[in-house]
Amino acid sequence: MDMQATKKKLGLKERYQVMTRGLDWEPSYQKKEDIYPYVAYEGIKIHDWDKWEDPFRLTMDAYWKYQAEKERKLYAIIDAYAQNNGHLNVTDARYLNTVKLFLTGVSPLEYMAHRGFAHAGRQFPGAGPRVACLMQSLDEIRHAQTQIHALSNYNKHYNGLHDFRHMHDRVWYLSVPKSFFDDAVTAGPFEFMVAIGFSFEYVLTNLLFVPFVSGAAYNGDMSTMTFGFSAQSDEARHMTLGLEVIKFILEQDPDNLPIVQRWIDKWTWRGYRVLTLVAMMMDYMLPKRTMSWKEAWEVYFEENGGALFKDLARYGITMPKCAETIALEKDHLSHQAWGTFYNYGAAAAFHTWVPEKEELDWLASKYPDSFDKHYRPRLEYWREQAAKGNRFYNKTLPMLCQTCQIPMLFTEPGDPTKICYREVDYKDNKYHFCSDHCKEIFEHEPEKYIQSWLPVHQIYQGNCFPEGTDPTAEGFDPLAAVLQYYHLEFGRDNLDFEGSEDQKNFDAWRGMATKNA
Amino acid sequence: MSTVFIALQTNEDTRPIIEAIVADNPHARVNEQPAMVKIDAERTLTVRRSSIEALLGRDFDLQELHINLISLSGNIDETDDELTLSWNA
Ligand SMILES: [Fe+2]
Ligand SMILES: [Fe+2]
Repeated sequence: MDMQATKKKLGLKERYQVMTRGLDWEPSYQKKEDIYPYVAYEGIKIHDWDKWEDPFRLTMDAYWKYQAEKERKLYAIIDAYAQNNGHLNVTDARYLNTVKLFLTGVSPLEYMAHRGFAHAGRQFPGAGPRVACLMQSLDEIRHAQTQIHALSNYNKHYNGLHDFRHMHDRVWYLSVPKSFFDDAVTAGPFEFMVAIGFSFEYVLTNLLFVPFVSGAAYNGDMSTMTFGFSAQSDEARHMTLGLEVIKFILEQDPDNLPIVQRWIDKWTWRGYRVLTLVAMMMDYMLPKRTMSWKEAWEVYFEENGGALFKDLARYGITMPKCAETIALEKDHLSHQAWGTFYNYGAAAAFHTWVPEKEELDWLASKYPDSFDKHYRPRLEYWREQAAKGNRFYNKTLPMLCQTCQIPMLFTEPGDPTKICYREVDYKDNKYHFCSDHCKEIFEHEPEKYIQSWLPVHQIYQGNCFPEGTDPTAEGFDPLAAVLQYYHLEFGRDNLDFEGSEDQKNFDAWRGMATKNA
Repeated sequence: MSTVFIALQTNEDTRPIIEAIVADNPHARVNEQPAMVKIDAERTLTVRRSSIEALLGRDFDLQELHINLISLSGNIDETDDELTLSWNA
């Protein structure tokens, strides 16, 4: 049979129509409620799925073409970087600790995002959001794979990267990003889309990827820069999906507004708390800094996010309430977080240190209202003590927030000298919170959050020791047993950067790279 | 006034794209950062296929932008000829 060649190529809009909606069909022998069982219970009302707009109008065939191009570019650089011993070109070996935090804390979330979008996409009766979720699900598994692949090269040379997946499910501070995503994927499909698609991707992801990746480039880490930008190139589409979801839901029914506003308030705060790790990375862990956490927050949240919420005001959406608390915290967040990790440096899978003098000066210039007054004296004291052989390691376990799972390290809004504690009695137990926002989230869904797997509680209950451990044995060392359970080697993966194997190896190898041995 | 932005990797592919955007949007501000360029503009920003093609000397599909795109903000309207970012408020 001869096919008549079409006279004119279809335009973008028609092509999208044909290749997306045109491939959908109406079920005839199964009921819609049985095919999409989760679409109604969250209370979101959708009347017409065809009102969904995908502004990029990307079709699957074009998707594969451009993704393949991105992969080719990515692997060319990753190979060249490895072949050229690119790891020796990073600014200094302290930088590698950001890579460790990224691999153990962030890459597993990419995988969870893959699962989450596959699940959410499956649940939507509209072809438009289903295809967009399918693409994002594929993007996310690509992010997980390319990150693991690119960073595996560092694992050949440096410590702390050897068992990231095992650590992600167990190590105390990794429960913060892990529980964040577990919280999102166990919500309904609409809440998941608002949580990850909108609040995380649209409002917050720029704070994770742009400064971090640009920072990696600035610190000579070509491989992180490459996978980061490659992942970020998908992010523009993800952000667009996130914004589209919000607009679509709000345009469908006025009853959707209060539900969506509550989700935005909740997930902006949940996401922001996870970014505590990024704040500390930007201000303390990048040897060469691009911008401070505070500056990044001002550009990407206050300025860009502010414009977004102004635009959404036409639907009745308002700026999340937590923005006021966050504004009060921005002078303090990274300093309080790094101080905590410095304390617990014996139980972390990366190294900690006191920044050098010129770095302290940089921090003082970026944080004129807080750093010299509250944080510099403490860091200088720790340095003095370390020089005398008293490097301080905190051996007790901190109280954790039931919602965000971060140790109670944050101070009262407006008073950086006083730790913020909140508590709630629920059934027969008392629950603790780092903030009013985490407390409110709990109060709205207590049955969900009483299930939190809090690492400190689990240690005290004896659930974080290797099998066969006898905690009643003479001379039992709980920290040593917990580190074994984490697959973290004492004296090699943890403790101060000063004197670490990473530091010695990097210096020796860099020396060999620039001289004839 | 609300600002929209587009951020692109800095490389040979994006040089003519950035040049075209700057020429078509005289109100835009170019902000160079390590390995990337962020272009901010009040209210609206337009990426025009014909301007890119003129600088590139070949056909250009606006969806090729995805390869080097880092981030953007604003409501998007895309046709075969133009990609526009804008805020309504
Ligand atoms: Fe991702
Ligand atoms: Fe919390």
